[in-house]
Amino acid sequence: MLLAGQPWIKWSWVRTHLHVIRHDVWEHLLLTLIAVGIGLAITFVLTLLARAWRPLQGPLLALCGTLYAIPSIALFALLVPFTGFTTTTAEIGLVGYTLLILLRNLLAGLDAVPEEVRDAAAGMGFSRWRVFTRVELPLALPALFAGIRLATVTTIGLVTVTVVIGEGGLGEMLYDGFNRTFRTEELVATVLVVALALAADLLLVGVERLMTPWARRGTT
Amino acid sequence: MTSRVTPSSIYDWFTSSANWRGRDGIPHRLAEHLSICGVSLLVALIVALPIGIALGHLRRGGIFAQNVANLGRAIPSLAILIIAVPFVGIGARPAELALTVLAIPPLLTNTYVGMIGIDADVRDAARGLGMTGWQTVRRAELPLAAPLILTGLRTAAFQVVATATLAALVASGGLGRFIIDGLAVRDNVEVVCGSLLVVALAVSVEVLIAGLQRVLVAAPLRHPNRSTIDQLEEPNAPVLNLTP
Repeated sequence: MLLAGQPWIKWSWVRTHLHVIRHDVWEHLLLTLIAVGIGLAITFVLTLLARAWRPLQGPLLALCGTLYAIPSIALFALLVPFTGFTTTTAEIGLVGYTLLILLRNLLAGLDAVPEEVRDAAAGMGFSRWRVFTRVELPLALPALFAGIRLATVTTIGLVTVTVVIGEGGLGEMLYDGFNRTFRTEELVATVLVVALALAADLLLVGVERLMTPWARRGTT
Repeated sequence: MTSRVTPSSIYDWFTSSANWRGRDGIPHRLAEHLSICGVSLLVALIVALPIGIALGHLRRGGIFAQNVANLGRAIPSLAILIIAVPFVGIGARPAELALTVLAIPPLLTNTYVGMIGIDADVRDAARGLGMTGWQTVRRAELPLAAPLILTGLRTAAFQVVATATLAALVASGGLGRFIIDGLAVRDNVEVVCGSLLVVALAVSVEVLIAGLQRVLVAAPLRHPNRSTIDQLEEPNAPVLNLTP
């Protein structure tokens, strides 16, 4: 094999290709951010629908579950005839995979809000909408954040697969390294993908702590 | 060849005799796919089951089991696939290696959690009956942990069957060939038909293991609390009742 005698990493390549690396990292982050962002927006809409009309909850979860069960390459490939080799194709697939995780966690979080809390809020004269936004949603935040963390880490991994439709962020660098049998490129891309996933997870833990100050006091 | 994807072009692709013969035929590609998946799952089972059972029985290593699951999620399979190539060459070997690594976390975590979740009373009773450690594992703990172990197997098998499609990127066979080759020559019909085959296979494997679950799990345990299982597939998920 050509690769056998190659060093694991050639620092000179890293130094001269910083702009390429930065570009791919940025593209990877952007694909992830858009996917999780749109996924969250859709999840909120679906949640409102499911809360407004309970019987919808089961079918909605089943629908998202079916989407989640389609193998990722197959889903991206199935979309190509309709949306082509575009970022849109990548995003439709990526958003699709976040839905089940986010929806399930948000609904579970909302369901776990104690009935007494809801009653108390209603007794204080809160409208249904205010009960939802001021009482239920904040209490469901830890569950929602668990979902966001899982969805983000999963998406960061999945973005690499979009290389099959010509996108891919760091996946592109990974596959380019493979095609040129250049180990440095493969290794840099892999390390960066894992680092991105860990960093994003840590960041989200931090954001969750900031947004749920009551959970830190340990009195509830 | 850019062909339009219509129900009739899909029907033609599936009924064309050329797609059922030789190395590029559906039967051969399916056999390759199944062989890659079978080898990976088998090796993963051989590695993960004993470790999961031992850690769960001895009630230690929880952090280890959890971290294996989290790390497994953070490392993309494509990366393992590509980095494995210089060590094991192109073709089926890197795919088997990557898929084994992919299958170990769900198997290990579910086995561990299935074993650790067993009531202390059951273990006491087994000891009270004079069972040795190994007998306790085989006759009391394993049957009780079976539903979760099989859930782990189902998750692992599904992921392996789905991800084996990626193997075509490193010049391996399998059903992914139709997708990757179709994408390369912009043959949308081949791409869509290949994808349909992968989806059908993934669904079949799910159904098969669900059937296995019915046979292997003792009757009273057949309908375990869904919430526990959902939660265990995602160790990060909050401890909540997830049943709608």
